[in-house]
Amino acid sequence: MNPRRKRRLTMVSIILVTLAAATGLVLYALSQNIDLFYTPTELVEGKGAAQVKPEVGQRLRVGGLVVPGSVERIDDGLTIAFDLIDEGPAQITVEYTGILPDLFREGQGIVAQGELISATRIRASEVLAKHDEEYMPPELAKALKGIEHVPPANRQQEESDNGSGGYQ
Amino acid sequence: MWRWLHPYAKPEATYRLNKKLLPWFAWPGVVLLAVGLVWGLVFAPADYQQGDSYRIIFIHVPSAMWAMGFYVGMAVAALIAVVWQIRTAEWALMAIAPVGAVLTFISLFTGAIWGHPMWGTWWIWDARLTSQLILLFLYLGVMALYVAFEDQRTGAKAAGILAMVGVINIPIIHYSVYWWNTLHQGSTITQMVTRLEAPTMPAEMLWPLLVNLFGFLGVCAALVIMRLNNEILRREVRRPWAIAILKGGQ
Repeated sequence: MNPRRKRRLTMVSIILVTLAAATGLVLYALSQNIDLFYTPTELVEGKGAAQVKPEVGQRLRVGGLVVPGSVERIDDGLTIAFDLIDEGPAQITVEYTGILPDLFREGQGIVAQGELISATRIRASEVLAKHDEEYMPPELAKALKGIEHVPPANRQQEESDNGSGGYQ
Repeated sequence: MWRWLHPYAKPEATYRLNKKLLPWFAWPGVVLLAVGLVWGLVFAPADYQQGDSYRIIFIHVPSAMWAMGFYVGMAVAALIAVVWQIRTAEWALMAIAPVGAVLTFISLFTGAIWGHPMWGTWWIWDARLTSQLILLFLYLGVMALYVAFEDQRTGAKAAGILAMVGVINIPIIHYSVYWWNTLHQGSTITQMVTRLEAPTMPAEMLWPLLVNLFGFLGVCAALVIMRLNNEILRREVRRPWAIAILKGGQ
């Protein structure tokens, strides 16, 4: 390789390595802020090494699994409340008035955005459903996981048939 | 060691190699894409959670994957263009950029269409979506820088440096769903490769996805090759070999 090319290659390598290191450090420093949501455990026990807890009144997102059996309608029948858990022991309650996404079910992962109204309670203004990277046909899911999913089109039918909530 | 590569610094050699390679990408690409799309969108089974809505994965995943793949290819061309100052590599940079930008746009667009019924939102500023949007801006930036200078070679150098620097974004996009918590799910294909014992997708869904992956690769590679050959002819239009080709036949 002739000296000029060698010099250019060295320059390019130095620039790339420096920028990669700088980006790495920035992302490392910001890593907690890049997280989209708090998990219930982080909300209760504090986040990261510093154990920083969010304050009451703060707007934030929380993500976790909807605890089976915890979904209930309160007051006016439009507001819905449910509990969220993650791998840790903590459990928090989300209340929400509005239309839930089709994928919302008990046991489903969701991300709620809203205001922290007490240490373990959130009044959400938006509830988003999260799904995982596993895809399978309905028959396989039934055999493997015991889940029977009712498509939204049939769900209404079923609800009017047996009068139940239909969040299973 | 690199002796066999040196002839391709000559635009004519690259042009002739491209001519030979083109049908090997174009035809399998078109066939695989047609088969994969019909298979995926019509015949593959519905998902237990998402029903038919998940079918957009057959377009979303290949476009997102090759958006990143073509970026890496573009960065390699940029490295060759900046260090060895080979003009063919500069043209390759510009041949790849719009194709990659369109792929990135398709992935963002299909992602939004998928996100609205399933997640409940068109867009969210989570790490995966944001880093993919940055990829689109990088592609657009490379294209803009390339034509921003009066001297075309200066523009190619500037665009090349941006292309190389932007490579840092590629691992960030890929690992964003593992490093941070995001609304976006993890990678089905990666999961399948790294933990074979528990596949995240049964064969009757996975096959059409893989067919589509190679279909997208074939079609997009063919587009890049055609763009590069056009550019070579345009730049070399006064050379005897190019005149011979343009006047008639091979």
